[in-house]
Amino acid sequence: MPMNKETGRKMSLIVRILDSDIWYSFTRSKVTMIAALITFLIFASALFAPIISPHNPFDLASLSLMDSLLPPAWSAEGDPNYLLGTDDQGRDVLSTILYGSRISLAVGLVSVAFAAVLGITLGLIAGYMGGRVDAIIMRIADVQLSFPAILIALLIAGTVNALADGMDRERSAFTVLIISIGLSFWVQYARTVRSSTLVERNKEYVQAARLIGLHPFLIMLRHVLPNVMGPVLVIATINLALAVITEATLSFLGVGIPGTQPSLGTMIRTGNDFLFSGEWWITLFPGAMLAILVLAVNLLGDWLRDALNPKLR
Amino acid sequence: MSKFGRFLAASALMGAFATSAMAEKSFDYAFQGSLKSLDPYTLRETFTLGILTNVYEGLIKRGPNLEILPGLADSWEVIEPTRWRFHLRKGVKFHNGNDFTAEDVVFSAERLNSEGSDMKGRVPSDATFEIVDDYTVDFILASPNPILHYEWELWSIIDKDWAETNDSVRVTSASDTAETPISMMANGTGPFKITEHTAGVNTKFEANENWWNWENREFNIDKVNFTSISADATRVAALLSGEMDMVYPVPTQDIKRINSSSTLAALTGPELRTIFLGMDQRRDELLNSSVKGKNPFKDIRVRQAFFHAINAEAISSRIMRKQAAPSALMISPFLFDNADQFERLAYDPDKAKALLTEAGYPDGFEIRIDCPNDRYVNDESICQAVAAMMAKVGIKVNVNAQPKAQYFAKILASGGYETSFYLLGWTPGSLDSHNIFANLYGCRDDAGKGGMFNIGGYCNPEVDALAKEILVENDAAKRLDLVTQAYKIVTDEVGYLPLHQQGLAWGVSKDVSVAQRADNVLRFEHITKN
Repeated sequence: MPMNKETGRKMSLIVRILDSDIWYSFTRSKVTMIAALITFLIFASALFAPIISPHNPFDLASLSLMDSLLPPAWSAEGDPNYLLGTDDQGRDVLSTILYGSRISLAVGLVSVAFAAVLGITLGLIAGYMGGRVDAIIMRIADVQLSFPAILIALLIAGTVNALADGMDRERSAFTVLIISIGLSFWVQYARTVRSSTLVERNKEYVQAARLIGLHPFLIMLRHVLPNVMGPVLVIATINLALAVITEATLSFLGVGIPGTQPSLGTMIRTGNDFLFSGEWWITLFPGAMLAILVLAVNLLGDWLRDALNPKLR
Repeated sequence: MSKFGRFLAASALMGAFATSAMAEKSFDYAFQGSLKSLDPYTLRETFTLGILTNVYEGLIKRGPNLEILPGLADSWEVIEPTRWRFHLRKGVKFHNGNDFTAEDVVFSAERLNSEGSDMKGRVPSDATFEIVDDYTVDFILASPNPILHYEWELWSIIDKDWAETNDSVRVTSASDTAETPISMMANGTGPFKITEHTAGVNTKFEANENWWNWENREFNIDKVNFTSISADATRVAALLSGEMDMVYPVPTQDIKRINSSSTLAALTGPELRTIFLGMDQRRDELLNSSVKGKNPFKDIRVRQAFFHAINAEAISSRIMRKQAAPSALMISPFLFDNADQFERLAYDPDKAKALLTEAGYPDGFEIRIDCPNDRYVNDESICQAVAAMMAKVGIKVNVNAQPKAQYFAKILASGGYETSFYLLGWTPGSLDSHNIFANLYGCRDDAGKGGMFNIGGYCNPEVDALAKEILVENDAAKRLDLVTQAYKIVTDEVGYLPLHQQGLAWGVSKDVSVAQRADNVLRFEHITKN
């Protein structure tokens, strides 16, 4: 019966996961489980920010300047309406963090996806084709590797913002950030995928596929790609943390998300101006949130790297 | 032994004999902006002109309260309404030892109006000059101008011989990329000489013992080091750590922190600069707006609605932390005696909505505001607050905040006035209302002929006619009456949305005493240090 078959397949998937080495190593590492829980909570709160956050900091009409710079609720001058206080425009810090981490995570995820797709494609082509194509792609990658990623991202974001002067920054900032972060991170994927592809392409199954006349594109996509995905997954996880940090850095430097729809980095930049004047909450809470998020994702990435490394088993 | 150790040992040995030599006093300070070219005609910006007049001097001077004092001119008289005679100070020497004479004044006046100068018009371009003798010079004007000398404190007199021998007759323009001799060294008559200059970074000054007023000097410092620190937090940190004797401007939020220190004080006071919003009343269709085919700002009801929607009190109390005074006019009340007859349109969102509905925009519209983010105190925050206030009456304002270099390049005449809603600040250089009517309210064409800084293109021929009358009116009471009439028209028509006069805030070590001028200019000659 189709129903049974379906549940059976689902069962077997769960069983397969529970039975796997990865799950085993996951359950043995308390740190990883805590990191996963925190990551999950942050993702969930970012996703449901419009529902759970007490205010909507992006709705300008709801802001009141007279409520600006209120300290957190537990201090003497605090207002229970604003648990973590308000910033200089009267935005609720807690709500802004929730909405801001939403932007930070969205930029991180999309730019990692962009970098991964670009890097995997170029890496597969370079590794599989070899020769001149390989040389050109990998030399470009080498050149780019000699610059720090943040510098490249800054260069792209800065140039685009300066060139596209008439553009609406509130709308374009997101795209510009994704492109600049994505372009600065693709090299790692390309290198990893290329080296794995070089190994895989000489194996019998690829040669067999070639013998029966499959198009090289299909061979790369269906046969080589699934076998090189392991390391890519590890890089992607660690890069997510890096991308979030890069976004925060760019926003902190003023070329990222503009102040009207702040991301975590923008909030830290705004708060930085108030450090000497005693309004510590504007920068401390978003900073702590950023640190926790990056730490949790990094721990997950580290664990994944160890779990997928056959030499460590 | 370290250098410092050796220095200590040496000073211990010489201590008893060398007290007078040891007493050299140096004053270190930092400002938000930077000093690029030393040519005093390159850039018409209060800070650059102000710092250079410690080295160069004008025919007149202004004191700590901006009162007009004799400078390089001992005295002056208006012989006929169109002929002014200046009697120059005798015995004044430039830093290189050359004598200061009438020739230098005429040379400077001609150079001021030459190609590349940003100071054109500070001496009327149709004026001619007559050297009566070495120490007397006549200015012959095309039309009477009772406030001819008002802006001359910041018009530096340059040595003719020195400029000619150093290839510096041509003015270094702001767009010049190559260094010229006069952009890298200075030869003035003032109380301080420049000993070292790194463009955009720091500049070192030394007291000039041959200054004409040396015997009556008020200052007791021998050296001044100026450094540019653009980041607010870094500038404040430099003061808190004792590295600097003074920094300015102090960000409004840090005034309390500085005042709470036992060794520092924040000097605050009203500045003459008015911060305001301008609206495009010239184009037939606004830039970056959802309204197509017409210009809502041409409707006075829309302009009134914008005025009613802005809560200037909240901006000055929260964003400016009371370091600003809400203003009904485009000029500081210190510069206009009848300012108390004018009042801001009340903050009233409901009325604003009603006016918008009446004007045919019941659901509001969308528009972009162009805004600098490193020019005025809290400029970007003000724009964001304006956006929030406008949202309450249904107007969606998109904030486009940019560094001042990009911002000014776009919105001024040279950029084709590329904005339909903007934030700007203005200090009348002459400290007089005529400057406001000529520059901010005068009708202009697309190229900027007329009111060159009238970016929104407000135009009322009646105001232009009054401005002409104001310029030539010699009777103070009549003149005040004309000025009041003109302000009445422009405020009734809501040509601009004035916000406030921003406050000055200088962070100063308690060891030094300085004179804070309302135009934010720091004069080294009023500095004493314990």
